[in-house]
Amino acid sequence: MKQKQTVNLLSFVSFLILALCFFSFAESLASENRGEPQYLEHDTAFLRDEAIILEEEFNAGKMIIEHVVDNHEWHIAKIGHTHISIPLPVILLYDGKIYSFWSSKFHNKSHTYKGFKLDHNKIVAVEDHSKKVYDFSITKTVFAILFSCLLLLWIFISVANRYKRNPKEAPRGMQSLLEPLIIFIRDDIAKNSIGEKKYERFMPFLLTIFFFIFLNNLLGIIPFFPGGANVTGSIAVTMVLAIFTFILTTINGNKHYWVDIVNTPGVPWWLKVPIPLMPVVEIIGIITKPFVLMVRLFANITAGHIIVLGFVSLIFIFGAISDALGYGVSVVSVAFILFMDLLELLVAFIQAYVFTLLSALYFGLATIEPEHH
Amino acid sequence: MELITPAIGQIFWMTLAFLALLFLLRKFAWKPILKSLKDREALIHDALHAADKAKEEMRQLQFSNEELLRQAKDERDAILNDARKVRDSIIEESKEKAKEEAARIITSAKESIENEKMAAMTDLKNQLAEMSLEIATKILEHELADAKRQEAFVKQQLAKINFN
Repeated sequence: MKQKQTVNLLSFVSFLILALCFFSFAESLASENRGEPQYLEHDTAFLRDEAIILEEEFNAGKMIIEHVVDNHEWHIAKIGHTHISIPLPVILLYDGKIYSFWSSKFHNKSHTYKGFKLDHNKIVAVEDHSKKVYDFSITKTVFAILFSCLLLLWIFISVANRYKRNPKEAPRGMQSLLEPLIIFIRDDIAKNSIGEKKYERFMPFLLTIFFFIFLNNLLGIIPFFPGGANVTGSIAVTMVLAIFTFILTTINGNKHYWVDIVNTPGVPWWLKVPIPLMPVVEIIGIITKPFVLMVRLFANITAGHIIVLGFVSLIFIFGAISDALGYGVSVVSVAFILFMDLLELLVAFIQAYVFTLLSALYFGLATIEPEHH
Repeated sequence: MELITPAIGQIFWMTLAFLALLFLLRKFAWKPILKSLKDREALIHDALHAADKAKEEMRQLQFSNEELLRQAKDERDAILNDARKVRDSIIEESKEKAKEEAARIITSAKESIENEKMAAMTDLKNQLAEMSLEIATKILEHELADAKRQEAFVKQQLAKINFN
């Protein structure tokens, strides 16, 4: 069993290295000649010229941001001059009407279709800029969210069916991988933070956010389709998750919770009357708690991605100076990327854990019964 | 700036997808999983309790078995002891009886020997007397058969007597 695990780990690490090599390769293909069609004729020129072109056009900051933000299509690779990308549905609400078409329709000279223009990932109306375009497109991030939801449903419903079919048998396969995590969330997070009596009400939410965040963190580390989308590093996603925690905390808050906010115990009276300083601080606290949840997850995951992409950029920055230097740096960069990715594996778990734990703690605070002395 | 601006589309789809996920997982995954985990824990708890109880019962049973065995041993020892005592007393008694019997037999033998001896002695005496008489008779007859000698002897005897 131990040996098997080692083998699995080894194969995973080698897979990761391969993945990273591929990632760097795809990156090199993608960053070549990006967006500057006037250089395309010079492709057969000497490598030296190529390097100059690269030097002129490679912008690490731009490339990194392009990779961590959302996109209307799922770019996979560029082989030669052909972009391989999956077109995703664009759904727009403009002037009370719904427009929907594939994002590949924007693949033309002017990047316009049906009066809409794709301008740096943002869809705007061509004629009238005063009316706002509401973009409900299935973007890369949205697609990844839906994909991960389906994956989660498939995993956990199949596991649940096994539990239903063989209730007395020892867990096997996926079930034995997930059972310790489920028990960990139940015993170490929910029971400890919320208490034996009320924890059950919050279990479905806690389990769902934990596995949603954990799975998407892991998928985010995988550099190509269907991974690679920056779901948990998207502020909108973490905001929705934090808002759910906020809503659940607020609707489950008991009398004791609200009384403590309005009339904080253990604080001198002059902090409450005549200027309600403490109540104001407490009310701000209600908002800052989920806000911090949102920012922490977003920042951690995005930072990880940016560092990895930074190392990838180094290869091209040095490669632009000289090819040999580029190859030399690539060895160091890949080693650092590998290290970062392993660190990200840890962060993937820790951030999922922290988000879940803090949510549970907030629920615990909201539902705690006053102690009778 | 795009990085930290929540996009309306993402918020919309995320909310929808997450609510659906939460609802579906709650109904089809978390409830059965948590329930069977709880059931299994209860089962294990009960089984452990039952095992403990069985162990305790076993211990009790073993204890009573040992007690029973001990009692049986004691009883056996007591019976053996009694038997030994009885045997000893029987042997002692028999020895005593045998001794008495022997003594009695010896005494009676001695008596009969004495009696026989006395009878034999008497017989012997009688026979001796008879034989003596017979001999004496024979001697007398023999002696008295020769009258001349008698005369001679008387004369001789008379001669020795001194009539002084």
